[in-house]
Amino acid sequence: MTPTEPAKVVIEARDVHKSFSAGKRLVRALRGVELIARRGEVTGLIGPDGSGKTTLMRMIIGLLVPDSGTIHALGRDATRDSLAVQAVVGYMPQRFGLYEDLTVQENLELYADLQGVPRGARLERFQELTHMTGLGRFSGRLAGRLSGGMKQKLGLACTLVRTPELLLLDEPTVGVDPQSRRELWAIIDRLVRDDGLSVFVSTLYLDEAEHCDRVVIIHEGEVLGQDSPGVYSERMRGRAWTVMAAGVKPRAIQARLARVDGVLDAVVQGDGARVVGEVGWTPEPSRLLAGLEGATLAPAAPRFEDAFIDMLRSRAAGVEIAAPGERPIPNRHGDGPVIEVEDVQRRFGDFYAVKGVTFQVARGEVFGLLGANGAGKSTTFRMLCGLLPATAGRLRVAGVDARTAAATARERLGYMSQKFSLYGYLSVRQNLNFFSSAYGLAGARRGDRIRWALDQFQLAPYADAQSADLSLGYKQRLALACALLHEPEILFLDEPTSGVDPLARREFWRRINALAEQGVTVLVTTHFMEEAEYCDRLAIMAAGKILALGAPRDVKRSAVAAGEAEPTMEDAFIRLIERDQGSRDTT
Amino acid sequence: MKASADLPMGFARRWMRLRGLVRKEFVQIMRDPSSIAIAFLLPVILLLLFGYGVSLDAEHVAIAVVVDQPSDLTASFTGGLVRSRYFNPIFLPTMAEAERAMRERRASAIVRLRSDFAEKRLRGSAPIQVVINGTDANTGRLVAGYLEGVWTAWLVEEARASGGSVVVPVEVEERVWFNSRIRSRDFLVPGLIAIIMTLIGTLLTAMVMAREWERGTMEALLSTPAAIPEILLGKLIPYFVLGAGGMLQSVAMALWLFEVPLRGSFLALLGSATLFLLAALGLGLLISIVSKNQFVAGQAAILGTFLPAFILSGFLFDISSMPAFVRGITYLIPARYFVAILQTVFLAGNVRSILIPNGIALFVMAVLFLGLSRLMSRKRLG
Amino acid sequence: MARRVWALAIKEFLVLLKDPRSRVVIIVPPFLQLFVFGFAASFDLNDVPIAIYCEDPGVDAQELLAGFRHSRHFDERARITRDAEIAPLIDSKQVLLVIHIGPRFSRDLRLRAPAVVQVVVDGRDSNTALVSLGYVHGVINRFNGEFAAREGLPGLPARLETRSWFNPNLESRWFIVPGIVGLITLVVTLLVTALSVAREREQGTFDQTLVAPFRAGEILLGKAVPGFVIGLCEASLIVLIAVFGFGVPFLGDLATFYAGLALFLISAIGVGLMISSLAVTQQQGLLGAFLFLVPAVILSGFATPIANMPPFLRYVTLINPLRYFLVILRGVFLEGAPFHLLIDQLWPMALIGGVTLTTAAWLFRKRSV
Repeated sequence: MTPTEPAKVVIEARDVHKSFSAGKRLVRALRGVELIARRGEVTGLIGPDGSGKTTLMRMIIGLLVPDSGTIHALGRDATRDSLAVQAVVGYMPQRFGLYEDLTVQENLELYADLQGVPRGARLERFQELTHMTGLGRFSGRLAGRLSGGMKQKLGLACTLVRTPELLLLDEPTVGVDPQSRRELWAIIDRLVRDDGLSVFVSTLYLDEAEHCDRVVIIHEGEVLGQDSPGVYSERMRGRAWTVMAAGVKPRAIQARLARVDGVLDAVVQGDGARVVGEVGWTPEPSRLLAGLEGATLAPAAPRFEDAFIDMLRSRAAGVEIAAPGERPIPNRHGDGPVIEVEDVQRRFGDFYAVKGVTFQVARGEVFGLLGANGAGKSTTFRMLCGLLPATAGRLRVAGVDARTAAATARERLGYMSQKFSLYGYLSVRQNLNFFSSAYGLAGARRGDRIRWALDQFQLAPYADAQSADLSLGYKQRLALACALLHEPEILFLDEPTSGVDPLARREFWRRINALAEQGVTVLVTTHFMEEAEYCDRLAIMAAGKILALGAPRDVKRSAVAAGEAEPTMEDAFIRLIERDQGSRDTT
Repeated sequence: MKASADLPMGFARRWMRLRGLVRKEFVQIMRDPSSIAIAFLLPVILLLLFGYGVSLDAEHVAIAVVVDQPSDLTASFTGGLVRSRYFNPIFLPTMAEAERAMRERRASAIVRLRSDFAEKRLRGSAPIQVVINGTDANTGRLVAGYLEGVWTAWLVEEARASGGSVVVPVEVEERVWFNSRIRSRDFLVPGLIAIIMTLIGTLLTAMVMAREWERGTMEALLSTPAAIPEILLGKLIPYFVLGAGGMLQSVAMALWLFEVPLRGSFLALLGSATLFLLAALGLGLLISIVSKNQFVAGQAAILGTFLPAFILSGFLFDISSMPAFVRGITYLIPARYFVAILQTVFLAGNVRSILIPNGIALFVMAVLFLGLSRLMSRKRLG
Repeated sequence: MARRVWALAIKEFLVLLKDPRSRVVIIVPPFLQLFVFGFAASFDLNDVPIAIYCEDPGVDAQELLAGFRHSRHFDERARITRDAEIAPLIDSKQVLLVIHIGPRFSRDLRLRAPAVVQVVVDGRDSNTALVSLGYVHGVINRFNGEFAAREGLPGLPARLETRSWFNPNLESRWFIVPGIVGLITLVVTLLVTALSVAREREQGTFDQTLVAPFRAGEILLGKAVPGFVIGLCEASLIVLIAVFGFGVPFLGDLATFYAGLALFLISAIGVGLMISSLAVTQQQGLLGAFLFLVPAVILSGFATPIANMPPFLRYVTLINPLRYFLVILRGVFLEGAPFHLLIDQLWPMALIGGVTLTTAAWLFRKRSV
């Protein structure tokens, strides 16, 4: 840590420890955290769910007391002098702290009252804020009726009613569409540039590191590093490569490369894969590319994520995933599509959540549904699972109508829900027992499959632990294990990776790839744009419609004019949405 | 942080914050149908249900009458039964049939005049056999009492008819004060107001406070310069108003729908209701501070306040007849004091010896619960 | 099918017993209610506080007063000498009644002009007033009988010989405690079932169950079994406490009791599952259960007789399963009622159970799939 003048430091944490008791377990949320944030800068706090970000945020605003160590905000002791800290620091908690049954204007008024903004100064300030956030049109709307992005901006506006010196934002971009995320960052940039605000923001998303002046990486309650994002990626220079092979599925390339010795990380990117090597690893094209016809290897620019993975890998031993040596799923349906969705609509009152969606998924395909909250992807997903009837249109899964599917037809489906819904008070083994019986497994097969699940997903050491006490990564494993016990032909995954750390996400996708190789058809929803790359085909949804449908590369290309460089998936997504909004505004 | 007027502690700031919180709460109440339902609809339903559904006044009780050998004498006795508004006699020929009627719950009592009734009457002492179904002890007792009334009236009439004097050495002259009609509704309805205000003051307050914790808005509130007393007052004031509204509505129904007299002053009613409401609100805040979860808060409020207010407040069951240790518990229940005041103010009047000690008890409990909520609230999470 | 229902039921039990919140629901309310109702809910009066205002120094007056002083129902708290002292005592609830014997009492008694004892009673609690007046009459009647016998007066032309069946001492507790068996069984069963679907909806496991190859009927059955078993166990336990703890006689046969209990549980489970399929959150489930419970208890005859209600409400009670079960309970506890006398209570519960379960299944299918 470089020595800094005290006047330039807005947050300073010294050897902060904090433990909570969760049931019988003692959770060590923070273990000796040391960090500083500087005046006039955006400091990012990046780490997966459960890494201690929220605990730290709450301590800075004086809502939690550290077990030991000290925290200062703007030179005041956050623990002893918390009222003074709260008077000068703006804090936006997760879920934005909005009253959903109050209107936009009423929420602003309330926070103006609480922050003591003089009546005379309000009108001007509200105008400024609603202009900045684009909320002007919605001032009479209930906060609960706003989209995720709008809520986030309202939450921000409420913390800004009286310009604070320091702004704390706890995961402001969770559950928000890419466009709103981008707009939020633009607002933050302006606040820092024009008003000289200092911002301390926590996030799950690694790509948001690029927006920060400095990034603090936190994992399992420990700070792994704090530097500018450039310093992190610079450390990885010369270790990243791209591999392209025409005619080979990018997923197959990635799967192959991931198993090569010395490869730290391999992810799908565009038509090929991106590889990061261990320190001092140089790729030997002959070995690396063996079996990949016409493959090319080229150095790539390092990025923040590479450094993050590098740090995590050096701490945790990689999880070995058994080669897909299992028997392939028999093909019972010929070559016809396994999932057919034809002009499906779903209406709630007079609101169309889904209006006229059509797509098909072939056997062994990984098909993604991408979109922001409220785009209609969850509704489509629930209709396919038979959890919600369609208002109009045809939905067929494995050759039967999804709505009227008999219990026997549901035996061929596996389902994993957004919240990794397990019976939290049941142990891992009791959950497995229940789901195996639910899917009619009995006798030796049942025992075999439960053993398989405990073994495959490294759950055996936790077999008798309450599943509510598992870490999020293990909950995700258990949820997937439960969905796979009966060896389904079709797998439905709803936001399967939300909140888990990048390593767990990589491991998860490797499993999904292996399943697809065996012939399992996978339908997945996600709001992580980079995960779209793992899909064979995907549909981008907004406002209940499909904006683009096809292989990731085709979708990206469809967003830009011919001749332009291929955009990232996020850029493509934003462009498609803007184009759609533009066409709607003109009509 | 430039001038002193900008300090978060300044009075103007405090006032602004409090007003903001109170206004917010009112807007939320108006928008949430369940709050309105609990505050205004539930009291009406409860009052109607209790006012009409709970009655200890037995009338037209079906009784089996067996007259072995009808005569003018037996007719004059049974005539009394027929005329009584308390009874609905069914004449049956044999005792066996009467017993069957009682076992089948078609009759609550049997009155039997034996074949030797007239003969023994002349010799001085004719037994009238009465068998009461004691399963429902209270009704059984009432039926016995009513029968005794019919019997006494008949004796007097008989004596007068035969020109003799009444041969009862001592007569009882009853004077029932405050409720001369002895209507159970007149004592149940005032007590019910305490139950209803417990519901609004404690259950509703505990749930809405817990809701703020659940939805994460409490975290946002705590991170602002708002101080704890302001946050607590911001909840207290609106629900106090709501509770007072519920009380006025209940009082109006008691006076005009159920025609319960109000013999004391309205002021005494209002004063004691204020104290009780503060105690109930304090308890509601305390529950939500401890549980922070709507589900648990709801259960705690029902089990910890509603149920005791119902059973242990003297609203329905007489406190002085409870075993000593249960009686000890009743002193911890605010509703006990309020029920005593309500029954007195409605039926008896402004009796200082009831109003003052019970009022003091309510005041102490209000201070205790509100003070505890203040002490147990911290501007901290976890 | 049986295996899947079994798996569901086992899971349901594990969740109920391992979740501290639902454990509390199963254990605390029943025993709290048993305690509170068992000891506190009684219409019997002991030690009614009285004041004595005697203006007659005669022996007869003293003898009459001795009757009051020796009665276990009364407790003399004050002795007064002026009319003006009556009101403060009664107003402040220091005494419930004042026995006033006038100065001409002895003379009237000897002259055979009826001697009058004036009783002033606080009518604020009308029931207490009525019951205590009954006790006063008891004391006076006994005095009259003894006085007549001693003085050789002609007896009364007729006298009441009152006996009470099923509950010879007319103890309220014998009436209330069997009722608690029904009340608590209803509360527990309702809470266990009404919250079960909402709990799974909140935790997201309900979708998981719906996507699995269960039929709606199987899920419903899986949810019903724990309510039934827990209700059965608690009811049996409370019967034991009622008999051995509170000393209430149990004269009827167990088969009749369990037949009634089973039908009652089925109808309560039906109501609980109906609430459950409508409630989205546990809170709504709790509120729904509460909104059903309060009228169900009031309109059941638990504390006050159905016969006293106005006709309209009497018809409403016909759809209340607790109404029928209470008759069965008091029948088997106190009256030793045989099965055939209770058939009229059994079939309405079967009907209610059938209707509510069918509705629950219909709502369930409509709301969930």
